[in-house]
Amino acid sequence: MNPTDASGILGFFTAEGFAGYADGLAGLVFLIMLAATIIGGIIACNSERLVRAVAGLALCLVGVAAIYYYLNSPFVAMMQMLIYVGAVCITIAFAIMLAAPEENKKHGPAGALSGPFGLITAGLATIGMIGLAVNTKFAVHTKVNMGEVKLIGAELLTSYSMVFELISIVLLIAIIGSLIIARHGRSK
Amino acid sequence: MSILNLHNSLNTYLILAAILFGMGIYGLVTRRTLVGMLIASELILAAASINFMAFNRFTAPDPTLGQIFTLFIMAIAAAEAAIGLSITIAVYRNYKSVDTEDVVDLKG
Repeated sequence: MNPTDASGILGFFTAEGFAGYADGLAGLVFLIMLAATIIGGIIACNSERLVRAVAGLALCLVGVAAIYYYLNSPFVAMMQMLIYVGAVCITIAFAIMLAAPEENKKHGPAGALSGPFGLITAGLATIGMIGLAVNTKFAVHTKVNMGEVKLIGAELLTSYSMVFELISIVLLIAIIGSLIIARHGRSK
Repeated sequence: MSILNLHNSLNTYLILAAILFGMGIYGLVTRRTLVGMLIASELILAAASINFMAFNRFTAPDPTLGQIFTLFIMAIAAAEAAIGLSITIAVYRNYKSVDTEDVVDLKG
């Protein structure tokens, strides 16, 4: 048998055949992650119980991390898993346990924009943005590098060092401020 | 274009980001509790990050820029979530509720 023949089930074991199957597998995993993102988002914005909404948000953010991986950025995908799925979702879950009792929850419409009007608003925004995105021609530039992690680190400590330090100060102030706000009135 | 080749097209990511943004807007205008609105705002921030990363991958000359910007968005979103949740806990301690209608007398 010709070893480069990529047809049939035996073609999986040849180099070209395996590359073809791997491309198809990558597309399949991308479709699964796309579905996870959208289903997680629907759960996050629609479910009655807030704990389920947080679980949906976590699913959605895992899907977004996978999408970052498909966009050639494994470092940002890892940071997404660490910061969003690991830290933000856990923090929201703690806040629900501390401050969102489910028993005295109110039902019914919350305001003028809830229900169908909210759906129409969000649908109009979505359709408008999709129309803009599909109908616009974006100029494509040639890449000057491949966006490696090493280059990200170098840029963060040279061109963007000022922004980097400011973000650190903002995070420090946010942590201290949130501790003070949450602690205020606790001792009485 | 084959459906298995969707991850090589810019429009896929832009449409996904628009759908996530719409779901965030929907959650923001329909949720009754402060925590629910915070969850919806996280969806909007994720949509913005996906847009940055998609243009970074497909059109930008220097692909490190969009990744750095997305890292900054993540840091700001983490700070925003911490502050928002601590305000929620402070509101709950004073009003025994996080419903947006019960705290309406905070309006100036």
